[in-house]
Amino acid sequence: MTNVASPIAERGYAHPEVLVDTQWVADHLNDPNVRIIESDEDPLLYASGHIPGAVEVDWVRDLNDPVRRDYIDKARFEELMSRIGVTPDMTVVFYGDKNNWWATYAFWVFQLFGHTNAKIMDGGRLKWEKEGRPLVREVPNYPRTRYVAKERDDSRIRAFRDQVLKHMEARKPLVDVRSPEEFRGERTHMPEYPQEGVLRGGHIPGAKNMPWARAVNPEDGTFRPAAELQQLYIEQLGLKPEDEIITYCRIGERSSHTWFVLTYLLGFPNVRNYDGSWTEWGNSVGLPIEKP
Amino acid sequence: MTAIPEPLARLLHEVEGLDRFERQQLLLEFADEFREVPPEVAERPFPEENYVTRCESQAYVFARPNPDGTLKFYFAVENPQGVSAKSWAVIMDRTLSGQPLESVLAVPPDVIFRIYGNEISMGKGQGLMGMLDHVKMLAARTLRERRSEG
Repeated sequence: MTNVASPIAERGYAHPEVLVDTQWVADHLNDPNVRIIESDEDPLLYASGHIPGAVEVDWVRDLNDPVRRDYIDKARFEELMSRIGVTPDMTVVFYGDKNNWWATYAFWVFQLFGHTNAKIMDGGRLKWEKEGRPLVREVPNYPRTRYVAKERDDSRIRAFRDQVLKHMEARKPLVDVRSPEEFRGERTHMPEYPQEGVLRGGHIPGAKNMPWARAVNPEDGTFRPAAELQQLYIEQLGLKPEDEIITYCRIGERSSHTWFVLTYLLGFPNVRNYDGSWTEWGNSVGLPIEKP
Repeated sequence: MTAIPEPLARLLHEVEGLDRFERQQLLLEFADEFREVPPEVAERPFPEENYVTRCESQAYVFARPNPDGTLKFYFAVENPQGVSAKSWAVIMDRTLSGQPLESVLAVPPDVIFRIYGNEISMGKGQGLMGMLDHVKMLAARTLRERRSEG
């Protein structure tokens, strides 16, 4: 596997236009048609320093419904986009920590509302910082816009529990992107942790395991070239581009990363992310579980 | 029931009165003050036994005895993006170093959520709890050794 990232255009991706490199972002910091968005796991990271002009979208506060387990609705999405000064024709570029894990999650939620003019900064924060590029603490304040969103479309890229059950019964491919320990059911819920506990360990019957971060070069957080991704997902897991595929993890964040890789970098047209994931499946009464 | 260390109780009280932005600024100030474990206490490669297994920020915890029988805690955070881990290390040093070991053992894991907010992710919460557990483990070990000597 390569350790130095080649230019995005030379990596053989199906949709290379969905990625931009750090230099592209540096060249568009003052572009009024581009909004740079940071989405992190660490809630202090954006405040500790971010790309000049970047706004923050927090996965809990901004993207999740505050009461029930679901994503924000159309009205809240419109409010979010208006607050961060985005219009429907503006290009949004996501980046973040942990190999762009949360950036792809935010990207995925934006796709539920059809904001297709979206990109990921290859390498995320890690690469930007490693290149010694500037980070600032000043929080930008953009003029409010009046964003009118499409209705949230959960049918295309999102999978729900009963759909996953039918998918499993039809023996269609499921990709479990958690760690091998979680996949084998050796690790269930975390001791003393008040959230996201799971009563049963294991995986959805028939699912194959490919930890999400294998798609990324750990040195600089960039995505691996298409040939290496094909090796992982087509040769090792046996997926076919025409397959209907569902990805899952614990709460749907890591699997949104794999959804991004399969959909945009390898060009598989029928991939959905099961955001209920193991915290729903492993807690549901009577659902089948496979455990070695 | 043993009370938690007084400096930690004061911090919890202070944080409860802050809005999200103020809390974030306070935590960042702590992170900015992070100083890694000095070489006279530990040098790289840091020993495996000091590694916090549940922390993705690659944190290490060390302790040295104070003359009064309490412990001074030291930390290393190898992930440069581990801002929360660094702020938590500073908070634990300020509020748990030099405190009676029984009171250190009385610190419940939910203080992390009271300080950082309930919205922190599972991974982040786990990591910070792992650091606290390691501090408590070192405190418990010191108490045990002292009792067996006594």
